[in-house]
Amino acid sequence: MAEIAIKQVAKRFGGFTALHSIDLTIADQEFMVLLGASGCGKTTLLRIVAGLETPSQGEVWIGGRRVDHLPPRERGIAMVFQNYAVFPHLTVFENIAFGLRMKKLPQQEVEGRVNRTAELMHIEQLLKRYSGQLSGGQRQRVAVARALAMEPDVILMDEPLSNLDALLRLEMRAELKGVLAASKTTTIYVTHDQVEAMSLADRIAVMHQGHIVQAASPVEVYRNPAARFVGSFIGNPPMNFILATKAADGSWTVAGLTLPGPKSDKQTIEFAIRPEDVDTGTEGLHATVRVVEPLGPHTLVTCDVEGGLFRAILESNATVAVGDHLRLLPKPDRIRWFDPETTNAL
Amino acid sequence: MHGKALPYLLLTPATLFLCVFFLYPFALVAFEAFTRDGGFTLDNFRTMTSSWKFPVTVRNTLLLSAVVVPIQLVMALLMATMVSRLAAGRSAALYIFAIPLGISDLAAGLIWLAIFDQSGFLNTLLSNLGVIDRPVMFLGYQSKLTIFIAVALAEIWRATAIMMVILVAGMGLIPREYYEAAEVFGASPWKRFIKITLPLLRPSLQTAIILRVILAFEVFAVVAALGGTNLPVLMGETYNWQFTLQDRNVAAAMALFILAISIGFTLFFLRVLRVPKEARI
Ligand SMILES: Nc1ncnc2c1ncn2[C@@H]1O[C@H](COP(=O)(O)OP(=O)(O)OP(=O)(O)O)[C@@H](O)[C@H]1O
Ligand SMILES: [Mg+2]
Repeated sequence: MAEIAIKQVAKRFGGFTALHSIDLTIADQEFMVLLGASGCGKTTLLRIVAGLETPSQGEVWIGGRRVDHLPPRERGIAMVFQNYAVFPHLTVFENIAFGLRMKKLPQQEVEGRVNRTAELMHIEQLLKRYSGQLSGGQRQRVAVARALAMEPDVILMDEPLSNLDALLRLEMRAELKGVLAASKTTTIYVTHDQVEAMSLADRIAVMHQGHIVQAASPVEVYRNPAARFVGSFIGNPPMNFILATKAADGSWTVAGLTLPGPKSDKQTIEFAIRPEDVDTGTEGLHATVRVVEPLGPHTLVTCDVEGGLFRAILESNATVAVGDHLRLLPKPDRIRWFDPETTNAL
Repeated sequence: MHGKALPYLLLTPATLFLCVFFLYPFALVAFEAFTRDGGFTLDNFRTMTSSWKFPVTVRNTLLLSAVVVPIQLVMALLMATMVSRLAAGRSAALYIFAIPLGISDLAAGLIWLAIFDQSGFLNTLLSNLGVIDRPVMFLGYQSKLTIFIAVALAEIWRATAIMMVILVAGMGLIPREYYEAAEVFGASPWKRFIKITLPLLRPSLQTAIILRVILAFEVFAVVAALGGTNLPVLMGETYNWQFTLQDRNVAAAMALFILAISIGFTLFFLRVLRVPKEARI
């Protein structure tokens, strides 16, 4: 049982606040992905959970035990470092075995675990090499193997697959998910690759400038962004946003189209729709086609709507050409609204 | 051709300087060691080894090195670890630890003589405390052991800092991330020292030990100040041959002998503390 609870954790570096009062609970055996742009505080949060950084305020609990005053080795965790930290003076074998040797496991057990995890990460032929004789991607897999070999209750991974080629990454991703689920490990996994986040996570915590903006299942994060940032960060291409002006109470005008929406005393709010959630037809938003990109299964069309860019994903058999005037009708149940001041969903 | 020749060109002045002021005198010394009255001979070495003092000086010098260097190594490692851990005031601590480095070895010997002398600091202190009622001859010719201890203390006091400075620099080169990884994977502070610091510090340890061992073989002024002739060492004996016995040929042989054991130990430590190229940071 290793539930992780992060309670009101803040971190300041001098005058700079890297984390503002983070609250996050990760259930036992859950796979939690921290997703966010570079510099938003993902590594800092992970290092606080690991005990490599002391929080300026707040508490960290692992498995029902308050750990923020404990050194890392007493927290029952293993970690994959963003910069790998593979020991240069040890062979790959001894690197993977490092934690096991510290636990004083019998040699046979050590060998068994090292060989098993090395095989899993496809590095079994590198066991005799030193870190200096490995490529970045190989080193990264050694770092992952070293953490997996510990069979810990909690594993913290900081962009563990960032340096692998697309194919290998896909394969490793599947392997990791399988292994971690089978071993009932609680995982915090940092990435800024949203596809990776979507495919691995039980829940995604989206971080932005030291805040957790939303922590929810991948589908929820995608479908119902809690804030404008989530919608604009997740999805490729991201959500479209258009300012809407009040037509009547609970009714808003968006680029010439009047739509039912939330009741609000504001005069303007933001209308948002995902590119794949519009249909072409005889009514809808007035759009002028600027760019047409056939992507195979569908076609990405970039248009002008009310002087702003608007991306739509259309059927690949749609015949559109640059300069065409289209009417784009948003699917009513897919429309989201945001407060332009707080940027939160309405 | 320009690019390849340039480094050599730039090294030429230093090389010339070395040749004129080091290699040439060295060749002269070597020549003197192997000649007597104009002819090649090994007599100088025979004279050197057949002196009754020779085995004593070799023994004293090696014993002194064997006692002083390990103690210094441990102390330097301790001090370097402490200095490296300081969050603030690191350079201040380094400077304070390094003060004895600024004192010449003769001066260091004299300072410790002032402590151990019959009318020295230690005797005054002990008699004021009432432990003794009349001054003790710590450095008399019967108390070889006390002389040895006094010399060892003075040497340790004087030259530990040089090792520490090298080790502090070496520790600064070890990236923090390795300590963090070791910590996460269960290594206690002691294990981190054994498993991370020591292996990754090997190049600096090598430099520090070699430098210190060579200096230990050349110990002279401290011994002269504290022990006079009661603790003969290799360097003192060389001096003796040159100036007291006025035999520059045997003195040259002696110098070559010291050089030979220095080279021997250097090669030994180069080999033992070698870091394979692929295992470097
Ligand atoms: N030791 C430190 N001292 C000062 N500022 C720091 C320190 N460590 C991190 N920061 C700052 O805190 C912020 C968060 O850093 P962090 O490493 O957590 O980002 P990240 O989300 O992991 O980014 P990336 O995706 O690039 O790895 C950054 O703005 C960074 O400059
Ligand atoms: Mg990071």
